[in-house]
Amino acid sequence: MDNQKQNSSLVDNRFPWKHFVGYLLSVVLTLMALWITFSSGFSLSIIFAIIIVLAILQAVLQLLMFMHITERNSKIQTGTMLYAAFIAITIVAGSIWVMSAGHAAH
Amino acid sequence: MKWDQFFITDEPLIVGAGISILLTGLGIIFVLTYLKKWKWLWNEWLTTVDHKKIGIMYILFAILMLFRGGVDALMMRTQLAVPNAHFLDAQHYNEIFTTHGTIMILFMAMPFLIGLINVVIPLQIGARDVAYPYLNAVSFWTFFFGACLFNISFVIGGSPSAGWTSYMPLAGNELSPGPGQNYYLLGLQISGIGTLLTGINFLVTILKMRAKGMTLLRMPMFTWSTLITCVIIIFAFPILTVALALMTFDRLFGSHFFTLASGGMDMLWANLFWLWGHPEVYIVILPAFGMFSEIISTFSRKTLFGYKAMVYSMLVIAGLSFVVWVHHFFTMGSGAAVNSFFSITTMAIGIPTGVKIFNWLFTMYKGKISVTTPMLWSLGFIVNFVIGGVTGVMLAMGAADYQYHNTYFLISHFHYVLIAGTVFGCFAGLHFWYPKMVGYKLNERIGKWCFWIFTIGFNICFFPMYILGLDGMPRRIYTYNASDGWTELNIVATIGAFMMGIGFILLVYNVYYSFRYAKREQTGDAWDGRTLEWSTTSAIPPHYNFAKIPEVTGLDGFWRSKQEKETENVEYKPIHMPSYSGRPFVMSAFLFISGFGLVFEWWAIAILGAIGTLICMVLRSFDYDDGYYVNVEEIQKTESVYKEV
Repeated sequence: MDNQKQNSSLVDNRFPWKHFVGYLLSVVLTLMALWITFSSGFSLSIIFAIIIVLAILQAVLQLLMFMHITERNSKIQTGTMLYAAFIAITIVAGSIWVMSAGHAAH
Repeated sequence: MKWDQFFITDEPLIVGAGISILLTGLGIIFVLTYLKKWKWLWNEWLTTVDHKKIGIMYILFAILMLFRGGVDALMMRTQLAVPNAHFLDAQHYNEIFTTHGTIMILFMAMPFLIGLINVVIPLQIGARDVAYPYLNAVSFWTFFFGACLFNISFVIGGSPSAGWTSYMPLAGNELSPGPGQNYYLLGLQISGIGTLLTGINFLVTILKMRAKGMTLLRMPMFTWSTLITCVIIIFAFPILTVALALMTFDRLFGSHFFTLASGGMDMLWANLFWLWGHPEVYIVILPAFGMFSEIISTFSRKTLFGYKAMVYSMLVIAGLSFVVWVHHFFTMGSGAAVNSFFSITTMAIGIPTGVKIFNWLFTMYKGKISVTTPMLWSLGFIVNFVIGGVTGVMLAMGAADYQYHNTYFLISHFHYVLIAGTVFGCFAGLHFWYPKMVGYKLNERIGKWCFWIFTIGFNICFFPMYILGLDGMPRRIYTYNASDGWTELNIVATIGAFMMGIGFILLVYNVYYSFRYAKREQTGDAWDGRTLEWSTTSAIPPHYNFAKIPEVTGLDGFWRSKQEKETENVEYKPIHMPSYSGRPFVMSAFLFISGFGLVFEWWAIAILGAIGTLICMVLRSFDYDDGYYVNVEEIQKTESVYKEV
């Protein structure tokens, strides 16, 4: 109960600028990716390069704005980040490897 | 769309099922109205944020789904009992194995485990509720309405028929026209929200709300297994969400992620599906492992053997679970390097699992074992799960898998791990924690009959399938010829399946019998338990769980405090509790409407449902209800009632 009392006194009533800006920038980055893919007229490989960069930018942005990545006081945080990186690399690199090897490529 | 396409009317079995659902529904409405229970239903259950009640609703729903999935299974076994049977046609058979698989994994195993997790975990760590009680209600209702959306498919519009794996291009518009496959996509999508939220909720609950003194390495094993399961849920379910969304785009909006035409990659669906699907099978087995650990320790009257080894092996399983997915499609032919890699990682999973099996055996070694029903299910698990595990290692060899793949050998393997692991675990956990939910035990004699009939039936049903598989009987065929030579073993398997059905009926009868006749528990400690959930003052904990949060001094906290045996006069303080809310129910109902609109591509309904959902979310954002305090007098009154008896 004491815990909960402390928590409620910590409630922040200021406008959540960080989340608001983060959300707006995310929408802008997504719209940019859409525009580049549909209407820019670049060649396919350039489109790929640009939207991958935009995707990475957006991931970093969300980690900064929403995901408390700058709070560096706990070991669990570091562990989670490392595990997330491991899973992300497994999914992306693993899928590319599996889908482009052997008969699967044809 | 015409009405006779909307309601399925050309299949007598489905019409019969539809009519019986309608009659049951009318019956329930009549009883609720007659007994004037509508208000009670809304106030006590539909709006609840109490983890114990949410858990009970999960389990009730799971048992209902076990019935439906089980009826599907018995229909398949009836069709396959003899060669050239005409009980089901090919299309109907396809629909039934699709719904059987999807329902059993996602709408039976998952809610059964999540239900037990809901009931037990907050009590086991000495908390008064989960970290986000409102979110917990959202979890249940999104799950519930997603599952309902999937379930109505067989009477309205037609069931999906592309298998629970829904491989492309079979699941695409060309080969699976109509709403069936859309039901699969939207039903899973909506219920997946609930599962993901549960993962987040219990991760935070376990990390932040443990009683004083309960360090990570003093947590009960079920809590550990739930923590690790939550991590897997959080990382695995988004993959399913994305894959389902992409296939939904393919089917509804003409995109080409997984189609054969226009540069789509059909096998990418299989790849993404199993990237989620393999971690998913660990999501349904790890909580069961945790429950067996609790039960075996309790009924051997010994601390769990090799506690740390148990924790580390589960961590290794969680890590490895994400790097084995290709073993589900070795025959796609990704080449020697890929298949060898995934063969080795798959076999490696056998090591931590083996460690756990030995730890359970050593826990029993020199223990004072009492063979109760939950313990029987746990013992049955060890024997049968090992058979499933060993055949799993056989399947893990990429080269050999080309023989086993797509045969009944595989079917038998995964039923041996999923039934002997997950289902036995659910039954064991249900019997074990039943007094915590309703205040009395299930009858032991009926429970043991149920165990033996179900387990013997299970072996009679599935062991012949190993041999059928080696004899070359492929999975997912709706009939075969007498000349194939599979008849005898199929008859045997069908007999076993019906024995399992009898076992299920006994379980349900036991619920009724115990409700009528079981001795009511006087204390919170029904089994001479070791962990905190047994330390509550009453058999069914009061809504605030603990009048005073217990303190833990080591592993098996409650066992230790029982040895010390001291009664102190506690001074109560007001308890802060969350308020009930009907919004999770309403919001999820809107999601259901939206999903239903998408299934039939009726955009107006879909948009209407989406707007309703959004309004509920906005209302929640401006909700300043911080809950309420249970005052000291009420606590004293509640607690004194139990003190006297």
